[in-house]
Amino acid sequence: MNSFHALKDRIAIVGVGNTPYGNFPEIDDYGLGARAFRNAVEDCGIEKDKIDGLLVCRVPQYARMGEILGLNPRWTIQMPPHGRMSGMAIIEAAAALEAGLCDYAALIYANIGRSRRVNYGGEESPGVWDPWGFTSPGAAHAMMFQRHSALYGTTTRQLAEVSVAFRHHACLNPAAVMKQPITIDDHEAARPITEPLRLLDYCLINDGAVCIIMTTKERARDLKKKPVMISGIGAREAYTTSSIGNFDLNFWYDEMRDVASQAYGMAGVGPSDVDALMCYDNFSPTVLFSLEGLGFCKQGESGSFVEGGTLKLGGKLPTNTDGGHLSNSYMQGWALNIEAVRQIRGECEARQVKNAQVVQYCGATPCSRSIIYTPG
Amino acid sequence: MQTAIAAKPRPKIDNVSRGFWDNARAGKLSIQACRACGHSHFPGSPVCPKCLSEDQVWAEVSGKGKLLSWVRFHRAYWDSFRDDLPYIVCLVGLDEGPLLVSNLVGVEPEQITIGAAVEVVFEKVDDELTLPKFRICD
Ligand SMILES: [Zn+2]
Repeated sequence: MNSFHALKDRIAIVGVGNTPYGNFPEIDDYGLGARAFRNAVEDCGIEKDKIDGLLVCRVPQYARMGEILGLNPRWTIQMPPHGRMSGMAIIEAAAALEAGLCDYAALIYANIGRSRRVNYGGEESPGVWDPWGFTSPGAAHAMMFQRHSALYGTTTRQLAEVSVAFRHHACLNPAAVMKQPITIDDHEAARPITEPLRLLDYCLINDGAVCIIMTTKERARDLKKKPVMISGIGAREAYTTSSIGNFDLNFWYDEMRDVASQAYGMAGVGPSDVDALMCYDNFSPTVLFSLEGLGFCKQGESGSFVEGGTLKLGGKLPTNTDGGHLSNSYMQGWALNIEAVRQIRGECEARQVKNAQVVQYCGATPCSRSIIYTPG
Repeated sequence: MQTAIAAKPRPKIDNVSRGFWDNARAGKLSIQACRACGHSHFPGSPVCPKCLSEDQVWAEVSGKGKLLSWVRFHRAYWDSFRDDLPYIVCLVGLDEGPLLVSNLVGVEPEQITIGAAVEVVFEKVDDELTLPKFRICD
């Protein structure tokens, strides 16, 4: 047993909040972050000034965020604006709360990439390989998927199952950006971007913000809603080929096996106990890689595993019930974590997974993470 | 045409990477090798990632390797690549170990097989810059 397993069911998510998702040129990231924060405060009924921990991600400057919210915490962390940070942030906050570095932590993520036309590639973030035209994060996923296809025979029609399932969920989610149902044929006919990936394999780019409020189990009892507990966590980085960006020659399989063993071991559950999965999906192939690494299927078998609507509500493993990054909103993992909380609380209406008792967040990235949530 | 090529992103040449680009200009492919422990890697780094020694050199390699994967760009993230669309970026595992991202030249997509043997070719951009690229052997 790892010593961090003592954190099992010690820390709770007590409040979640978000803004609408879309194109909001009239408001900046601080404004969006403040709205999400206000909604999360309202959600848990906490006195705002009790919050003494502040974590910001993709918000330009932590001190300005604190000034705007009238907070002078005793614990602050600023995380870089990378997609892989949400799981890392929640785990860091849990450790800080357990250690007593703060009593109530507010985690705020804001993104204004749509209205400010952020490109995620090219001149905005030149890398080692730009002289050869290898210029965008999606291309690394295309490279991995191409290799997965060659090794295991995974097809783009199987890959399409991911995008089709998540769009189906977005159509059930009033807050989601994308509302037109799509089919496997639509996926196959979409414009190629970095072949073999097409437009419908790519996440959205939109504005919005998410806030999560966390505290200890004991303090959680005094707040408005039933707490959602952090029952398992797992973590493993893969920095060896990090100059290639979002890339791993073996699909982060070994890292995700490690993450799975940590998180399931701590929570005392396994893949067959998971009622819903919230899987980081900046590009659709990473969902297949995550399923293999977590052990929902064997390595190389994710293509056939997802066939026939496995990931849809009512399927064997409802995944990204909010529509994910592909169809709900590009909140870089943060929206997936609040969806996990809302599923456990039973607040998801048309997209609710019946009796969701174990909901797992995961992200297969150079910083792979997983969090297992259960009712408090 | 010359101006369009010149506007493409250029490598960041500093004290660590300079040897690689000097060698490329002379038609040699090289990877950074540690003289203390023998570890080799790319891209270059200020210390050896294995033993942390600063005693490193740019050692010439065979230029041969295996095609590990590839992708065809249909979108130009830099305007200067627009005229090249669609173009192919490849991932090569050098026989000496390190991975390189480059371009696969002189081949149509339907002729590409992952695992194929590839070898380096040099494409002179201008007097300052030569880019190592790859072609499928045979
Ligand atoms: Zn060394």
